[in-house]
Amino acid sequence: MKSSLVNMVLSLGTVTIVAAALLAGVYSVTEEPIEAAKLSKQVEAVKAVTPAFDNDPVSEAVELTPSGESVALKVFPARKEGKLVGAAIESYSSAGFSGDIRLIYGFDAEGNITGFAVMEHAETPGLGAKMDEWFRSPEGHRNVIGLNPATSNLTVSKDGGDVDAITAATITSRAFLDALNRAHDVFAQLSAQQ
Amino acid sequence: MNAKLKILYNGIIAENPAFVLLLGMCPTLGTTGSAMNGMSMGLATMGVLICSNVVISMIKNFVPAKVHIPAYIVVIATFVSVLQLVMQAYLPALYATLGIFIPLIVVNCILLGRAESFASRHNVFDSFLDGIGIGLGFTVALTILGAMREFLGTGCIFGAQIYPETYGSLLFVLAPGAFIALGLLIALFTKIRTKNA
Repeated sequence: MKSSLVNMVLSLGTVTIVAAALLAGVYSVTEEPIEAAKLSKQVEAVKAVTPAFDNDPVSEAVELTPSGESVALKVFPARKEGKLVGAAIESYSSAGFSGDIRLIYGFDAEGNITGFAVMEHAETPGLGAKMDEWFRSPEGHRNVIGLNPATSNLTVSKDGGDVDAITAATITSRAFLDALNRAHDVFAQLSAQQ
Repeated sequence: MNAKLKILYNGIIAENPAFVLLLGMCPTLGTTGSAMNGMSMGLATMGVLICSNVVISMIKNFVPAKVHIPAYIVVIATFVSVLQLVMQAYLPALYATLGIFIPLIVVNCILLGRAESFASRHNVFDSFLDGIGIGLGFTVALTILGAMREFLGTGCIFGAQIYPETYGSLLFVLAPGAFIALGLLIALFTKIRTKNA
């Protein structure tokens, strides 16, 4: 077809309007399931990492800022009969090998690590991506669960700390522990407030 | 050979996008760390390709020559966004693994390539078949490449352990292994293809 201003504007206009309408339709249909999927992942993770609780940590979530930083972390306090028994904290680190990593860490009332869940990462498959299993493995000094960042030095052994880094993925390991210490900083603020 | 069958054959074997045309190398190398990821990426691309081929072949007579590329890109981008939203809503785990490669389907040259060289010159049904053929060719290629890398790298195929992971060579899971495995598969595919021709 020969191009003229009128038919170019008309045809391109029609195509974009139809496309926009279609997208708006699909968006309105999928909006709820997307939110639900995100939320259920968060709820599952919070449940998995914290000690048993009887409140609703997700609806009671607060935001606290780690000392000396500007980005607030989401804190999900776990209470039993009104008493704080621990918390899950969604933390992050930008020190990873590729992109930010996001994890949820759980602490009990004393600040011992009760668990963690990897929410988002783009680390190398087969190396850094192993963090989910590595830091709960009983071998050597890999396991961080049960440790307390207030009493243990949670950095990799190469940097003089108490934790074995993932083989060939020291950068990911540093990022993991960086996010962990950031979470604990916020947890200390939370328990000081109680 | 039947003309319709020939379109399918053409897409899967004679003009296999990954092994013969060497188009869409970014997802081919980037998402084939495992057979499952390769297959999912192939199927996602196939879905968008079929839809975009059909729609472009329907609108080809109404779009003036000077704006046909922007019009086709809008069509492709729309279907990619639809796919992205649907995956996020109903397959969040898969979406998390494929991540950035889903929106990047927009710039996959297979899609615009087929729109330009096939859908804009053929009728709707033939374009639909071309979408299936090229899409299947891409899916098969990515699945084979993913399976090879997963097998050599971790000892698994589709997550099923064949030999212990410690004997796997991590190289194949990483980016250089993708190039090596793809090179070997292209050589093998060319040998088989030229023998049959």
